[in-house]
Amino acid sequence: MGILENIEKEYIRTDMPEIRIGDTLKVNVKIKEGEKERVQPFEGVVMSKRSNGLKSTFTVRKISYGVGVERTFFLHSPSLESIKVVSHGQVRRAKLYYLRNLRGKAARIKEKA
Amino acid sequence: MLEGILGKKIGMTHIFGADGNDIPVTVIKTGPCFVVQKKTMDKEGYNAVQIGFSEKKEKRSNKPMLGHFKKAGTTAFYHLREFRGKEIDAYKPGQKISGCDMFKVGEFVDVSGNTKGRGFQGVVKRWNFAGGAKTHGSMFNRAPGSIGSSSDPSRTYKGHKHPGHYGNERMTVENLKVVAVKPEDDIILVRGAVPGPVNSILEIKKANKKTGYGQ
Repeated sequence: MGILENIEKEYIRTDMPEIRIGDTLKVNVKIKEGEKERVQPFEGVVMSKRSNGLKSTFTVRKISYGVGVERTFFLHSPSLESIKVVSHGQVRRAKLYYLRNLRGKAARIKEKA
Repeated sequence: MLEGILGKKIGMTHIFGADGNDIPVTVIKTGPCFVVQKKTMDKEGYNAVQIGFSEKKEKRSNKPMLGHFKKAGTTAFYHLREFRGKEIDAYKPGQKISGCDMFKVGEFVDVSGNTKGRGFQGVVKRWNFAGGAKTHGSMFNRAPGSIGSSSDPSRTYKGHKHPGHYGNERMTVENLKVVAVKPEDDIILVRGAVPGPVNSILEIKKANKKTGYGQ
C-alpha cells in the first residue's frame, strides 16, 4: 500500500452510506457558533460525485426560496454529522448538471421503484 | 542539532483539522538518513554533518566513493548533502537520523528543491508577460515586444527577460507549517506545496524567518 493511502486511511469514514447520483439526501452539517455546536440539515439531490480516496466529494442541489443552491461536501469530512438517504432516484447520467437549466416540475427526478 | 535534513516528495493530499477544516498537505519522507561524515571546528574549520539518503547498490558506486562510505560504516547512497549545526557531538558516523526527531508539529520549515523542468518557454509562461490580444486582427499574440532602445545604447541590457529554458532550477518555499509527524515511516506532513515533481529530493530546514509555533 502506498504511503499516501496509508495517511489518508486514518481519516476515512466508514459510517457513510453509499451515495448514488440522483439520490435525495439529508446531509446533517455541524455548525459552530462561538462555543456552541449545532446541526443544520441540507436536503437535496446528489448532482455529482467525485471518487478520489479521502478527497472524494459530492454535490447536493436544492431549491431554496426559488433559488437553486448547490453545496459540495467532502465525503469524509468530520464536520458532517451524518448523511441520510431519503430516496433513490432513477437517472441516466453520471452528472446531473442539466438540472440547472430546468425549473419546477421539469426538475423533478423519478423515484427508483 | 542539525539545521536541516534530506527528504523525498511523496505527493500531496489533504487532511482534516480539529474543527473539520481541510488542510492541503505535502507528504515528505525524511529518512532514514545516515551520518556519513562529520566536519569539525578543529579539522575543517566549521561544524557540519554530511548525511546520505536513499540507499543504492554498491556496484553502482565508484571505488573512491565506496571508500568514503566504508569509513562511515554505511551502505552507498544516491544523495549526499552537508548540513551545518552548532552542537554535533551527539552525531556518530553511521548513525541513523530522521526528520521526525528534528521537527515538531506546529513548527515552520523552509523546503528547497528543483522545480519541474518546463523546457524552452516563451515570455508569457516564463516571465508572466501579458501578451497581446488573441483576436480582432491582432498579430501580436505571445511575442515579447520591444527589448530596448535604438542606436543609443545599441545593445540589449543584461538581465533582460527573454524566452529560454524555464524550470528545473533550485527554489525554496519558506514558512511551511509542520502539520503532522509520523516517526514510524519517517514522514512529515507540511501545509502547502513544495517545489518539484513527485519523488524528487528536497532539503528541509528550520524556517529562517518565522520561528516558534503558529496557528
